[in-house]
Amino acid sequence: MADVNRGNRPLSPHLQIYRPQLTSITSILTRITGNGLIVAVLLIVWWLLAAATGPDYFAVADGVLRSWFGKLVMLGAIWALWYHTLAGLRHLWFDSGRGLDIPTAEKLGWGIIGGSILLTLLTIILF
Amino acid sequence: MAYLTDRKRADGLGSSKTGTEHFWHMKVSSVALAVLIPLFVFTFGRILGAPYPEVLAYFARPFPAIITGLTLVVGLVHFKNGAQVMIEDYAQGSTRKALIIGVTCLSYACMATGLFALIRLAL
Repeated sequence: MADVNRGNRPLSPHLQIYRPQLTSITSILTRITGNGLIVAVLLIVWWLLAAATGPDYFAVADGVLRSWFGKLVMLGAIWALWYHTLAGLRHLWFDSGRGLDIPTAEKLGWGIIGGSILLTLLTIILF
Repeated sequence: MAYLTDRKRADGLGSSKTGTEHFWHMKVSSVALAVLIPLFVFTFGRILGAPYPEVLAYFARPFPAIITGLTLVVGLVHFKNGAQVMIEDYAQGSTRKALIIGVTCLSYACMATGLFALIRLAL
């Protein structure tokens, strides 16, 4: 029994076999945005440390965050933050056992994509 | 290989029995962040781009300092647990262990640095 068919079992089709669907794309984006946000955390913590250190160092960190590259990273971070927040709320809703049928799940998927873009625009306009 | 027993072969491949607790911790921190993130965006967005003396005065106030500190601590605990799940999905063996240790160190280092900076700004 111990050595029956070891390592020679049929495999189930993996990610690259399936056609991308809205539900799978929104799911993997949740993981990418959540883990990618560490870049924004590192920048913000560095900025705070620079502010606590003194005006000269603050000017360096503030300059990086306000450069075109810093602004691009922050723009991405704002979208990632809103996307991950909305996707997280969707997860809490899913965890309660609701919204799991395909039409609702797809509507929620479009909702978090549209909502995250809308909130990003709103954040840029406000600040 | 031929001397391995069935028991030995199955050892360590089952559930670690801490998954429910991990899931619950993710859930608690996500509910906290659902409140904290909008507050953080509004407090941090208001001060980013301001001159140095204003930044100093801003983080000396309780509300911005507490919101920023809370968001950093809860956010990084949430990151530590979430990144661990990702690592466990894609990496095996020693790589997995090294990455989990690395992510844990990075999370607590960010937390400590951010809190140190905030305390220094606030006091």
